[in-house]
Amino acid sequence: MPGQIRTRDVVINGLWVDNPVFHQILGICSALAVTNLVINTVVMSVAVIFTTALSGFTVSLLRKWTPRVIRMMVETLIIAFYVILFDQALKAYWPDMSRSLGPYVGLIITNCIIMGRAEAFANANPPGISLLDGFFSGAGYALVLIAVSIVRELLGMGSILGIPVPFFSTQLDRWIIMVMPPGAFFTLAVIVWILRSLQQSRSGETGK
Amino acid sequence: MTFGAQLTHLLVILFASIFTENILLARFLGMCSFLSVSRQIKTAVGLGFAVVFVMTFTVGLDWLAYRFVLQPYHIEYFRFILFIVIIAAFVQFVEMAIERYSPVLYQNLGIFLPLITVNCAILGASLFMVIREYGFVEGVVFGLGSGIGWMLAIVAMAGIREKLAHSRIPKGLQGPGITLIIAGLMALAFIGFTGVLSGG
Repeated sequence: MPGQIRTRDVVINGLWVDNPVFHQILGICSALAVTNLVINTVVMSVAVIFTTALSGFTVSLLRKWTPRVIRMMVETLIIAFYVILFDQALKAYWPDMSRSLGPYVGLIITNCIIMGRAEAFANANPPGISLLDGFFSGAGYALVLIAVSIVRELLGMGSILGIPVPFFSTQLDRWIIMVMPPGAFFTLAVIVWILRSLQQSRSGETGK
Repeated sequence: MTFGAQLTHLLVILFASIFTENILLARFLGMCSFLSVSRQIKTAVGLGFAVVFVMTFTVGLDWLAYRFVLQPYHIEYFRFILFIVIIAAFVQFVEMAIERYSPVLYQNLGIFLPLITVNCAILGASLFMVIREYGFVEGVVFGLGSGIGWMLAIVAMAGIREKLAHSRIPKGLQGPGITLIIAGLMALAFIGFTGVLSGG
C-alpha cells in the first residue's frame, strides 16, 4: 500500500534522515537557550511539535485557496496563531514556566523548521500526511534538544528533571560551565558530531 | 535620575548587550544565519551592518507600537504578529529606499536584507525589550548594542572560519559541528567580560 510506505518514510525522514537539527542545523535559535533544564526543554519541545504539526495541517488545508504571492505571509500568520495559543495557555496554567521560558516561546514563530516544513511539505501534500510530517519533524528536533538538556542538567546540576542522580550529585563536581551558554554549544556540537558520524558510516559515502 | 546617572545606565545597557549578554553567544538568537553566512568576512560584515541597522530601528518602532497600539487596547498577545509585520515591512521599505537612492549600498547590502526578516535575533530583541520593560531610549540603545554584539560575533567567527578552511577536521565535525565548538569557545571568552560590569 503506497499510503503506508509514505507514512513510514515521513516518520524516518523526520526523526533520522532529514532530522532538522543535526542534518540541516535548522531552528536551533529558539531552543538552545532553554536546554539548561530538562523540564524547560520538554515544554519547549511540546510547543514546537504542537506548532509544526498543526500549522502543517492548516497550511495544507488552505493550500488550494492561498494565492502564491502572499503564501509566506499566510504561513507566518498561521504559525503565529498557534504560537499565540500556546503562549496564552502556558501563561494561564503554568505562569512560572512561562516566565522562565521568557521570549523563547514567541520566537518559535521565526523557527526555520516550521516555516521550512510548511514550505517544503505542507504546500504540496494533503492535510493528513502534513500533520504527521510536522509532528515527526518536531519530534526529531525535540529528541536532539532533550538529549542536549539531559547532558547539561546532569553534568551541570547533578540532576535530571530536578531529581538528583546519585553519582553525579554526590561524587562528581558540578560542571558549572554546562549550565552557562558555552555548555550548550559544546554539547550540541558533540551530539551533532556523533550522530553525523553514525549517519555517514551507515549510509556509506553520501555527497556532502 | 540625574543626567549623568541616566547616561551611565544607558552605557551599561549598551555594554551588556554587546558583550556580557551577547544576543548570539549568550541568548542563542540568530543562529541560523550565523551558521550559514559566516564563511567569509566580507559577507559577514555586510550582514552584520544590515542587522545593526534594522535591529536599532525595529526595536524602536516595536516599542512605539507596543506602547501606543497594543497596550491601550489590552491586546498585548498580538505582539508576535504585529512585531513580525513591522519588521517585514521595515525591511521591505529599507530595501526599496536603498535600491532607489544608493545602488552601491544596495549591491553590498541588498541581498542580506530579505534574510533579516527571518532572523530570530531581530524579533528576539523586540521581545526582550517588552519583557524587560525598557523605555524608548533604553530599548533603542539595547537594539543598537544587540546588533553590534551580533555583528562582532559573526565577523569574528568568519575570520576564524576563513583560517579553518585549510585545516583537517574529522568528517562528522565538518561544517556546523566545528562552528558550534568555536561558538562555544567564543561564548566562553565573552563570559570573561562579566566582571567588568559587576566590578565597575
